[in-house]
Amino acid sequence: MSWTNLLLQFILSYISTVCFGVLLHIPVKAYNASGLIGGITWVIYWVMYYQHHCGLAISNLVAAILISLFSMFAARHRKMPMIVFNVPALVPFVPGGQAYKMVRNFAIGNNHLVMVYMYQVIVIVGAITLGFGLGELMIRALGYLKKLLRKRAGATR
Amino acid sequence: MLTERRRTLALRTCVLAGRLLIENGSNMERVNDTIERMAKAAGLRQFQDFTTLTGLVLGSDNLPNAQVANIRRRQNNLSKVAAVNEVSREFTAGLLQLPEAYAQLRSIDRQKAGHWQNQFEALAAAILSAVLMVVFTGDIVDWWLAFIAGGLSYAVFSFIVRKFKIQYLGEFCASIVIGLIACEGVKLGVATNADDIIIGGVMPLVPGIPLTNAARDLVSGNLISAPTRGIEALLTAVAIGSAIVLVLRFE
Repeated sequence: MSWTNLLLQFILSYISTVCFGVLLHIPVKAYNASGLIGGITWVIYWVMYYQHHCGLAISNLVAAILISLFSMFAARHRKMPMIVFNVPALVPFVPGGQAYKMVRNFAIGNNHLVMVYMYQVIVIVGAITLGFGLGELMIRALGYLKKLLRKRAGATR
Repeated sequence: MLTERRRTLALRTCVLAGRLLIENGSNMERVNDTIERMAKAAGLRQFQDFTTLTGLVLGSDNLPNAQVANIRRRQNNLSKVAAVNEVSREFTAGLLQLPEAYAQLRSIDRQKAGHWQNQFEALAAAILSAVLMVVFTGDIVDWWLAFIAGGLSYAVFSFIVRKFKIQYLGEFCASIVIGLIACEGVKLGVATNADDIIIGGVMPLVPGIPLTNAARDLVSGNLISAPTRGIEALLTAVAIGSAIVLVLRFE
């Protein structure tokens, strides 16, 4: 793992996230924040999956949780809906390449590889769904904790 | 005491806000949350809402009739979602009066894209294709063909969607363009790997918003909207895949 390669991955995923944001007409003020979220989560995913070989499911799960949390913070900070940040940031994780390879092998009649890629697509989509759910849970838990602490502080005063 | 007219206007404002949010690709939890807050701020009691991807029904206890809106076309325009969100936040905070909020929502509904918007989007799609091809496959020599394929196919896609207003066939035709460019490039010897170019080229067309929204709606327990979004994403993916297969079969 070299630092220049890491930086390159960050820059490329930042650019791709911002470009996808342009396609989805997100507000101009949200370009930088969503690009940063996409870049940081992709770098973490890249280190986990390609360097430490943590496996497809865990890497995507962690990435989805992080996207969920980061976009919640950005949404609170910028006062915009969360969807503006998490949809563009997800673009490097969408299993487009695997889905394409699945269809291609299906057309050629290579049934063994179809199952391999279908498994990958199902794992990635399932991990992302679960990751968003867990992220939502963590956000609610944080809100609950904050409320509890405030109440405790109010009671002692 | 609210007058009858004001209650009707409040309900119409909520319908308009909900319709704008669903049309422009928001997730259902956000839609329900926004219109319930607006109804509460407008003083409607016993407010009920039923939202699906293709229409919404809203009613209140102190009004005899429910209001219905039909949603035929859906697009992805998240800046409109953000704008509706802003209006709803100001309205619930008491900074906007009801007629002003309604007028602002109407002006958001009428908003048109800028003059260079389509060219700008095609450029963004081209850059996206080239960059993601390098990220996913590590193939650097073919970036310029992915750039051309992504930009041209997105231009075809947005042209078909704008002019003929048919969903799914826009993606189909755009994917045929990608497949043809990639295969001809390899045949002419200017590119090395057709698969990489196709993977890069289809990335702008991949159904990102329906997929994310399906996941989030499923997690939040909306069992009507989540499978519908999933089917929308699946149909788009099938349109892209079948077009690519069609090209590969004849090359």
